[in-house]
Amino acid sequence: MSFAATKYDACIAGIYEHPLRVAPDHTVAQLHAEVARGALLDAGLTLDDVDGYFCAGDAPGMGPVSMADYLGLKKLKYVDSTDTGGSSYLTHVNHAARAIAAGQCRVALITLAGRPKSEGSSGTQVRSQWASAPDFAFEKPYSPAPLNTYAMCAMRHMYEFGTTSEQLAWIKVAASHHAQHNPNAALKDVLTVEDVLNSPMIADPLHRADCCVVTDSGGALIVVHPDIAKTLKKPVVTMMGAAETTKGQMGGKVDLTYSGLAWAAPLAFKEAKLTPEQIRYASIYDSFTITVLIQLEDLGFCKKGEGGKFVEGGQLISGKGKLAFNTDGGGLCNNHPANRGGMTKVIEAVRQLRGEAHPEVQVPNLEFALASGIGGALGTRHGAAALIMGRLK
Amino acid sequence: MSQLNEKNSANKEHRLPSPINNLENKAFLEAAQDNQLVLKFCNSCKEPHYYPRTICPHCGSDDTTWVKSNGLGEIYSYTVMRRGVEVPFAMAYVRLQEGISMLTHLTNCDFDAIRVGQKVKVVFQETQDGQKTHLFEPAP
Repeated sequence: MSFAATKYDACIAGIYEHPLRVAPDHTVAQLHAEVARGALLDAGLTLDDVDGYFCAGDAPGMGPVSMADYLGLKKLKYVDSTDTGGSSYLTHVNHAARAIAAGQCRVALITLAGRPKSEGSSGTQVRSQWASAPDFAFEKPYSPAPLNTYAMCAMRHMYEFGTTSEQLAWIKVAASHHAQHNPNAALKDVLTVEDVLNSPMIADPLHRADCCVVTDSGGALIVVHPDIAKTLKKPVVTMMGAAETTKGQMGGKVDLTYSGLAWAAPLAFKEAKLTPEQIRYASIYDSFTITVLIQLEDLGFCKKGEGGKFVEGGQLISGKGKLAFNTDGGGLCNNHPANRGGMTKVIEAVRQLRGEAHPEVQVPNLEFALASGIGGALGTRHGAAALIMGRLK
Repeated sequence: MSQLNEKNSANKEHRLPSPINNLENKAFLEAAQDNQLVLKFCNSCKEPHYYPRTICPHCGSDDTTWVKSNGLGEIYSYTVMRRGVEVPFAMAYVRLQEGISMLTHLTNCDFDAIRVGQKVKVVFQETQDGQKTHLFEPAP
């Protein structure tokens, strides 16, 4: 067994996605504990093995201080509560891998959970956690919410590149084709382009069906040192490259046509010594259809402005198109727990590399997979992260 | 839709949420009460920025000063928030002639006729607590 492909030696050894999509009878802390337990069982490890813990803003209390005590993590050497919204969990994988490579810990647990569905959250609402942000003093009168700020990204993309609502709809259609095979998916119906365009207009040009689902529950990951991965039963998924950044309004020099991945993704590919042409499966953050389209360009799957053409005709449908994406149904149809979709992006990429995706959507003989995340709001300020993983032969 | 906005300004319940006063935006909000848009300009890198800060986000200099803007610009992007809110509104990024963009609302216009690139000018409107904030309307 050789780990020569990896620059920094770390493997994703455990994954767990909570099966619930509505969890009114669970506390958020309880959901964190359930997903932690699930990921440890998947890896074949125990709480006692965990010496690194990562959580973000969805964790109740004072991040790892509260949660480690609640979970019963008694041997921690490394903690991290980086919060870049929905991209946090990709960032956590990156940080965990670096910490493991540096000898700071050997078994890292990353958890995510929340109950936005039960608590009545909607993408049309101004997010209360933004209230202390310096920008909010100026922006509060205008009610910036996920939907309206992402909608402005779509509007500008359409203006500059001629992208159409039909092209955006193809992204939802592809996700729905995958979700029909996922018994836990929040939306299981296969949609057509017309279905998407006929759904109510929420914030021009985004329709209801251009949006992700709002769901409760969460997920967890276990990142380990290769020496530990070798002792476990699951196929070994190894880290190959990772990068992260943030992008905002740049002092007023606003450009809504690209995400921070335009800067981060090339670094991840360089580290992995791969090119986008070598990626046949990608988990692409899908808070909205436009989020996917802009990332496809920034990740290098097509040129800037050509995302619309790239996705037309079902090119993201596994087994049919040139790039299989979000084969669990993604945030658009399956699950967007805690309004943070990064965790489930990593989980489905690992399933694909292990060969554990649903047979109808499994990409055969997959060697490499990419996961990308956008957290916060693409139209104002966001975190961006990309992970490239490989299956060890 | 202009009727809708007139109705909004007449109905307290539908007024815009108020800006949050803090030490860094005091001069900005005071100018707005006088129907004046002011921006921060950096004397070191000669660049304006928005939203206003004490330290220039372009170059890190603390030599920033308030300058008056004529409030003219064009729509960089926009959306009409039609659902999930009590009253539909038009949000936009307006790119000022100074070259920087502001998050704002569009008013006194037909929401269905808004276009990217359209010329607009600043207007001021009272918010829920009586403080004024900037919006933009079509300019000739």
